[in-house]
Amino acid sequence: MLLSVVTLRTALEMGAIYSLVALALFISFSILNIADLSTDGCYTLGFAVGATVTLAGHPFLALPAAMLAGALSGFVTAFLQTKLGVESILAGIIVNTGLYTVNLAVMGWSSNLSIFGTDTLLSLVKGLSSAKVWTDWSTLILLGTVLAAAAVLVGLFFRTRLGLSIRATGDNADMVRASSIDPAFTITVGLCVANSLTGLAGCLTGLVNKSCDINLGTGMVTVALASLIIGETMFGRFSMGLRILGTIVGACIYRIVIALALAADVPTECFKLVSALIVAAAIAMPQGRKLIALQRQKLARRKEGAKC
Amino acid sequence: MLKLTGVTKTFGPGTVNEKRALDGIDLHLAPGAFATIVGSNGAGKSTLFHAIAGVFFPDQGSVLLGGEDITFKPEHRRSREMGRLFQDPMKGTAPHMTIEENLALAYLRAGRHQHAYFSRTSRADRAFFRDQLAKLDMGLEDRMKQPVGLLSGGQRQALTLLMATMVPPKILLLDEHTAALDPATADKVLRITREVVAEHKITTMMVTHNMHQALELGDRTLMMDRGRIVLDIQGEERKNMTVKDLLERFRAGAGKDLDNDRILLS
Repeated sequence: MLLSVVTLRTALEMGAIYSLVALALFISFSILNIADLSTDGCYTLGFAVGATVTLAGHPFLALPAAMLAGALSGFVTAFLQTKLGVESILAGIIVNTGLYTVNLAVMGWSSNLSIFGTDTLLSLVKGLSSAKVWTDWSTLILLGTVLAAAAVLVGLFFRTRLGLSIRATGDNADMVRASSIDPAFTITVGLCVANSLTGLAGCLTGLVNKSCDINLGTGMVTVALASLIIGETMFGRFSMGLRILGTIVGACIYRIVIALALAADVPTECFKLVSALIVAAAIAMPQGRKLIALQRQKLARRKEGAKC
Repeated sequence: MLKLTGVTKTFGPGTVNEKRALDGIDLHLAPGAFATIVGSNGAGKSTLFHAIAGVFFPDQGSVLLGGEDITFKPEHRRSREMGRLFQDPMKGTAPHMTIEENLALAYLRAGRHQHAYFSRTSRADRAFFRDQLAKLDMGLEDRMKQPVGLLSGGQRQALTLLMATMVPPKILLLDEHTAALDPATADKVLRITREVVAEHKITTMMVTHNMHQALELGDRTLMMDRGRIVLDIQGEERKNMTVKDLLERFRAGAGKDLDNDRILLS
């Protein structure tokens, strides 16, 4: 077998977490049409806050605290672009840079933090039963539940009036200006929701890895973008439900490809390159499809021509 | 319903590009009035609409809508009571959202519960949308789950019109909303416009470059030149007016010929 059950399970666990970041980018990048580059820092912020709260003895508060921290970071990014007129990409970069110091501060001015031996949400859930099946799968079940809840809530949210307004903001700026939607408000809400998901993902990563490092978020935005694009290529851009599902499937596929690369003994040093290649391939896929279709059409035409 | 007093706007003041786009506009529209606006290129027709809609705030003067002073009310807050259509049919609808979602957005925003952020489209709403769409007579009522991006320009413009008037606004601003459509579709959109405006007695302003339309539609015709209203025709005088008379009156009022490279005299 190409992948062992354990590898596949780990891949899915990470896939579930990355799905949350991909969902966040789905909101900011696909729906709001804003390239939010604060994702890396916000992800680290999520696990710095989550780990600190867990260490302080509040394992259940870790998730909401991390989400709140993420939402706050999203608010700052939104404030910079809606109220202070900072270009959206620049706003993300500025917040990302600032977050580095904030993250260090949250982690007690240390570049890594370990939560080994502390009760975490995951260890508590795992401890519910000592059956081997449960201890093996509880993490994935918990992560899956959190992801499913997040996906359903996001799906429902974008059918409400506020959700529709946020979608319209990213879809047609002219229309929004002429209707009673305040783009500053919708962008702010959208970015807060998106970044709270990023923060949640960061927190969960910290809980799974039991340690966090100030640089762990680096490259997260690329990974999430890859997941998003894989999903969009496979599921299209039709209904909201399909798009959300596509984003999640995309993230899982991405992790499985990475797991395959691991299984094929690709040295760890080459990982960033593998990631970049996957991203490039995923982005190139729709264009590649078009080219293939065009070539087929040409070929068919030539055959017809030969007949005449 | 709408009252403009001495509205003045200068773009790029103090630079070589200084342009007085609106020059002391005084205008009063009675409730239910339907005014058409014609004028040369750069006469300030669209700028006038922008001043009413709040795209910018005037340098001087005031704007009153339904008795309320809205001179400095932000654009997104006044648009609750205002319907706007542009020449470009792509501007009024969100292409990646379905017809139903677009309507829901327009309906919910203009509805009574302004702070019901989490309200959703109910079955009754959907039935209402269906009825409204059927009135357009374009078969859109059977395509409510399709993204608006698939519709033609005329269909999108008709949909925008429906979105703007489904909850009757205090004023409807039409900025050459049929100019980018083919003649048959333009006629259809114009017919729908006339019906909707008459049904709800909506106070309406319409910019047009079709002189015939300017006289035929509505009950008042305004002509603009260099940021001023140079001609205001209504009542008996307007009834007997021909396009030729109108052009002559314009020459008398503005001191020059009407020069608009898109003007249609037929």
